[in-house]
Amino acid sequence: MSSTRVILIGGGLAGLMAAIRVAELGHSVDLFSVVPVRRSHSVCAQGGINAAKNLKGEGDSTWQHFDDTVYGGDFLQNQPLVKGMCEAAPGIIDLLDRMGVTFNRTPEGLLDFRRFGGTLYHRTAFAGATTGQQLLYALDEQVRRFEAEGKVRKLEGWMFLSAVLDDGGVCRGACAVSLRSGEVRTFPADALIVATGGIGSIFRQSTNSVACTGSAQSELFQQGVHYANPEMIQVHPTAIPGEDKCRLISESVRGEGGRVWVPKTPGDNRDPRTIPDAERFYFLEEWYPKYGNLVPRDVATRAIHKVVYEMGLGIDGKSMVYLDVTHLPREMLTRKLGGVLEIYEKFVGLDPRDHPMKVFPAQHYTMGGIWIDNENQATNVPGIFAAGECDYQYHGANRLGANSLLSCLYGGILAGPAAVKHAQNIAKSAESAPSTVFEREQKRQEQIYERLRAQQGDENPISLWKEMGETMTQHATVIRYNKDLREADAKLAELQERYNRINLADTGRWGNQSLHFTRELGNMLVLARLIVQAAVLRDESRGAHYKPDFPDRDDEHWLRTTRAEYNNGSFKFQFDPVDTSLIPPRKRSYTNS
Amino acid sequence: MAEAKTILVRIKRQAGPRETPRWEEFSVRWRPNMNVIACLIDIAENPVTSDGQKTTPVSYEANCLEEVCGACAMVINGRSRQACSALVDHLEQPIRLEPMTKFPLVRDLVVDRSRMFNDAKRMRCWVPIDGTYAIGPGPRIAPERQEVAYALSRCIFCGNCLEVCPKVNEHSDFVGAAIVNQVRLFNMHPTGAMHAHERLRAVRGPGGIQECDNAQNCVKACPKGIPLTESNNDVNRQALLDSIFGWIFH
Repeated sequence: MSSTRVILIGGGLAGLMAAIRVAELGHSVDLFSVVPVRRSHSVCAQGGINAAKNLKGEGDSTWQHFDDTVYGGDFLQNQPLVKGMCEAAPGIIDLLDRMGVTFNRTPEGLLDFRRFGGTLYHRTAFAGATTGQQLLYALDEQVRRFEAEGKVRKLEGWMFLSAVLDDGGVCRGACAVSLRSGEVRTFPADALIVATGGIGSIFRQSTNSVACTGSAQSELFQQGVHYANPEMIQVHPTAIPGEDKCRLISESVRGEGGRVWVPKTPGDNRDPRTIPDAERFYFLEEWYPKYGNLVPRDVATRAIHKVVYEMGLGIDGKSMVYLDVTHLPREMLTRKLGGVLEIYEKFVGLDPRDHPMKVFPAQHYTMGGIWIDNENQATNVPGIFAAGECDYQYHGANRLGANSLLSCLYGGILAGPAAVKHAQNIAKSAESAPSTVFEREQKRQEQIYERLRAQQGDENPISLWKEMGETMTQHATVIRYNKDLREADAKLAELQERYNRINLADTGRWGNQSLHFTRELGNMLVLARLIVQAAVLRDESRGAHYKPDFPDRDDEHWLRTTRAEYNNGSFKFQFDPVDTSLIPPRKRSYTNS
Repeated sequence: MAEAKTILVRIKRQAGPRETPRWEEFSVRWRPNMNVIACLIDIAENPVTSDGQKTTPVSYEANCLEEVCGACAMVINGRSRQACSALVDHLEQPIRLEPMTKFPLVRDLVVDRSRMFNDAKRMRCWVPIDGTYAIGPGPRIAPERQEVAYALSRCIFCGNCLEVCPKVNEHSDFVGAAIVNQVRLFNMHPTGAMHAHERLRAVRGPGGIQECDNAQNCVKACPKGIPLTESNNDVNRQALLDSIFGWIFH
């Protein structure tokens, strides 16, 4: 067996899992990350990870998990892959357990499970309310072990710029820039795995981390990698509104008994604790008696919008509702939800054990992403694979809570060996790529930077970013109208034009963050336009994509994957059939049984 | 007529490791619930000092902005802490921002904390598993034990405990409480415990636990409330026992 080299972009859960799999097979990994991998956004996942272990005597099964996931996603998934993920989940939990993840335990010393949205089963394993952190650390530590053995080389503080493609369109490596020195360099490899996560920065105030810009995905899209279902954007129902970011309050808070409500009387500005039960409107419980506060996120988010904007019942007339845990035992809250309640306490200054939290929906996740095949995470470009939030599979039109950590790990598990297989074939069949391929790409990237440095004008990257975020949040999140989406696209086109007049206050090389941010901003604008254009086309309502003018799901026309190809600044769309061979699509409704 | 409230922020700037540091002052418009990061974003949008001089945006590290990634540690009004959870309304003005001093400076507020990750590698801070193959569940663990381990495993590698430690300085290469705490964490795990000796040997080596002189600054600086002094004492005890009896078992 010849040893090959695989480049991994992104050191969150998916990237680390893929790195472990490649290293375990005896191959070398170059792991690129804009932040030290232990600080990746996976660290923010709070509530848990789903696996139908059925340890609570409820008769749960991997098929039920599969069905909940597909139903929750409004049938837009290619089902065999989802089934594979749900079947692998219990084994993945065992693996994490062996790695030392500090999962909460039952008195018998077994893994404990909690409830989450979109299911009636206790299916979510958790480590307090910082499950993503604990999972990321466990994988980070395994990768560090491989690093100590020389199988993984970390390139932390390097930002991916582009894939190096040979004349046959096959990926031969990557081009990246050192965020510290500004040096642009190419790195040869036999395969490339992208695991760069979410795109929250496009919406500015999302629950995502600063690094989640989607720049890598956009860059690859512009190089010919297809992108699918860009319009499927998840808005999480409960976050603390904030100027620098919206801080997530996990669904697990409701899984453990938290209740969402508003005062029944508009403008009732009494201290919430003094408002009697009879004068509170527990709208989720009333509208969705079976699932109650644990309806899927798209449903909960729209309900909050309705209560606030249509019924005018937001707290103090503002865009906020209560998420209340004050009725729950303090000891339990601290033990199971401490990590998330702490966030509220630190950033708002009130203890949620005593005060109902004030929350509102915020952009959280992108179901869509880089197009990959239905088998092994391969994109349409030979040698490029994708895994984790940045790929489009698994979640359809709406992701269920606690399925993201799972899909990241499962995607990584598949992508690692698939990349190795490709790498071995290419190492065998083709001679090494000519050096001109690398020089050409490096030059192209250096020129882009030089152009940015030399640009003259009166625009500022942060201001443009804010305008983009406002436009996207306003028109491309919970409620969508074609007219608004078209206006948003025109606005984004205007921002693209103004982008060329950005005048960087700092044109140096060393540690120049605004330069690299500006580089990413250009890519964000491309992805933003892709989102709104795809949203215009899908004239139906499905999962998180909701158009009041087309309020129903339309399987006849739109049980289709949106698939986009970049074509010289514009986008070419095609609509692929969805593999629904295992569970026939049925009407999705959480109102009754 | 309400006048727009402003906040004064003084920042210690340094263009690179070998450049001379200088202070710059910025005036930022106040908004409710602002944190230090919001101030830095404002400055990036309008990089002009309070006396009208054009300057460059300030370099700083940040990622999650909810105090769980560990990136944005800096010295704020003389105290080493995370900038995201430093709310402006709770800070005395002018707000003084400085880089951490115990790590090599990169630029402005950015320092290089990679030594922490390297030390974690040196101390073998992981559970050595046989592979990712399906080989069944992990060991059973009592809930009480999980709760202790969970508290230790919340370390975000921010480095605040190193910044405040008198024994982390040019004359000593003490790894710091964060790393010692990791040794305790992995020695607690049933599988990790099988390899405790390796970690204890490393933690008795250069920069090891013997350097700790129990100043107890670390535990006060930890944003995650990790019982660091307890971990120091525990690992110290383990290391001592291992040095006396370890040869019997290994």
